[in-house]
Amino acid sequence: MNTEKTPNIQSNPFIPEPARIVRTYHLTEDVKFFQVRIADMDKAVSFRHLPGQFSMISVLGAGEAPFCISSSPSRPGLLEFCIRKVGTLTEALFRLKENDLIGLRGPYGNGFPIEAMENKDVIIVMGGMGAAPLRSVLLYCLDNRDHFKRVTLLHGAKRPAEMIFRDEFIAMKHREDLECLLTVDGDDTGKWEDNVGVVTTLFPKIKDVDPANTVALVCGPPIMYKFVINELVQLDIPKDQILMTLERRMKCGVGKCGHCAIDYIYTCIDGPVFTYWDVIHMRELI
Amino acid sequence: MRIVKLKKESLFPFLEAISEDSDLWAPVKKGDKHVFKLIDDTSQIDMDHTRTILPPRKIMLPPQFNMFTATPSTYQSDFSHISKKIIFGLHPCDIQGFLIMDQFYRNMFDDPYYTRARDNTLLLGHSCWPDEHCLCKSTNTHVVEDGYDLFFTDLEDFYLVWIGSNRGDDLIRKKPEFFDENIEDSDIQSFVDWRGRRDQAFEDQINFSAMPDLMELKYNDPIWEKLGDACLACGSCSNVCPTCNCYNVLDKPHLEKNASDISRCWDACTLETYSEVAGGENFREKKSDRLKLFYTHKLQAYISKYGKPACVGCGRCAATCPVGINVKSVAKALDGEDVDVFWNRLSKEVRK
Repeated sequence: MNTEKTPNIQSNPFIPEPARIVRTYHLTEDVKFFQVRIADMDKAVSFRHLPGQFSMISVLGAGEAPFCISSSPSRPGLLEFCIRKVGTLTEALFRLKENDLIGLRGPYGNGFPIEAMENKDVIIVMGGMGAAPLRSVLLYCLDNRDHFKRVTLLHGAKRPAEMIFRDEFIAMKHREDLECLLTVDGDDTGKWEDNVGVVTTLFPKIKDVDPANTVALVCGPPIMYKFVINELVQLDIPKDQILMTLERRMKCGVGKCGHCAIDYIYTCIDGPVFTYWDVIHMRELI
Repeated sequence: MRIVKLKKESLFPFLEAISEDSDLWAPVKKGDKHVFKLIDDTSQIDMDHTRTILPPRKIMLPPQFNMFTATPSTYQSDFSHISKKIIFGLHPCDIQGFLIMDQFYRNMFDDPYYTRARDNTLLLGHSCWPDEHCLCKSTNTHVVEDGYDLFFTDLEDFYLVWIGSNRGDDLIRKKPEFFDENIEDSDIQSFVDWRGRRDQAFEDQINFSAMPDLMELKYNDPIWEKLGDACLACGSCSNVCPTCNCYNVLDKPHLEKNASDISRCWDACTLETYSEVAGGENFREKKSDRLKLFYTHKLQAYISKYGKPACVGCGRCAATCPVGINVKSVAKALDGEDVDVFWNRLSKEVRK
């Protein structure tokens, strides 16, 4: 255990907390699931985040980067991340095994406005890795089911093998309190029993939308936003009730290093969740 | 005791007396320019200059310093860049730069590497005379009301010394015999005359309050492509700017054991990889987009948020950029003026 702690740690927001990998396994060929627990038991238990917030994860010698939290605050104690191998840090993360230590800071960012979403219909649209941040808010809605009205999930992946949390989402199709609509761009297995087509092909399946009382949450690859937002605007959902969460380079997470600046806002403290109105208002967002 | 008088010959003895237990930083000559340097002999100090190459923020947050040393299970903060410091010879623009830094680094999350260094540093200002690059009258930063501990106005035969803080007052009390509280009418008149002459000495006036709207209206203006064509993406404008704060974090592994030094170094938004994320996606691949970010921050964003530009008019970018892209030329170009600068001539060549 960590015995050499100095008093400085408390007052230094840049110092990570050692955290242990509890479980890690492949979700797809290049995406791995990480379940971690903060090594200090008191801090592990008292850690609270909002769906949509992110943590800074570091591996010694490889660096530090922001990762959205995929688990729900309604299931505290363990934190879950869904990480794609794209660079030096994620390659180092992929080499780690259960019980290895990583550095963890956070949670940071504004997160989804879950209180403002209460008593509303919720449409969650995720494409590819967009499931990583939105799984947190989806699980939160399901765990606090009576706080929300209709909950609809639209999830699209390129191929069945690339659908992250595939088994978890397929299992959700049986739930009566959730409309779970899944699709793949193309089925190379011949075993996919659900919709084939891009995620927008699922929209005709959503019936009787009450736009003024609907909040839509969107995350996916840059190309997806344009088409999905178009569908949502067609449904008359107000621009400030269409929420999306964005990715930027970050070195601090606390509004100091400057890398995530867009116009006069910092993605790390003013985001990463923005409304469609913000996107129109600040041209560099997507 | 608010404003006192100091004999010219008492300045260096005073600085020596107050810096006995502190590091004294002040401008010294370097080639034909000036730099802030750690002083061991006050005779090195040279106040006969308009601006130093790098802004004094380099004393608060050095270009590179260690933040902490880490092993997988332990993290040891490193605050060794912090010591008791006195910075002498800060011009009003530099003090205003620190005020913007203060606001920024104390916002929401306190950055201990800056704020602890700041709390251990006394700021001693000094009056100055504008040259062709100075814009501080336009940014309204040619005067300082707060932010300094002492401020020395050079009136040829003597200094008038403003005491700006409790800690500044403590410095005066170390050598009260150097200071004269009797300020005569003729002294006041020489200050008024000096200030009048100084305010007349500015060559250029930029209307900064028009900039947020112009930045918005000219978001897609071809001027940005022209600027981008000429920009060398060297990052010098950021390095010399007193209000630039972007940094990168480096992880330097120890060779002999499983540990790393995590250090912070200055970064610049005009550098190519500034907005690049893992996987190679770069949100600002074009130089014009990165320049737009720099000037959005200086001329638009900060004004929207805090009501004043994030430019203190020090003129360092104007004195430094090899191709003439600076706050003045960009603001004038946005204002519709035909500015004859290198980037304009160059991009004409490029377009041929």
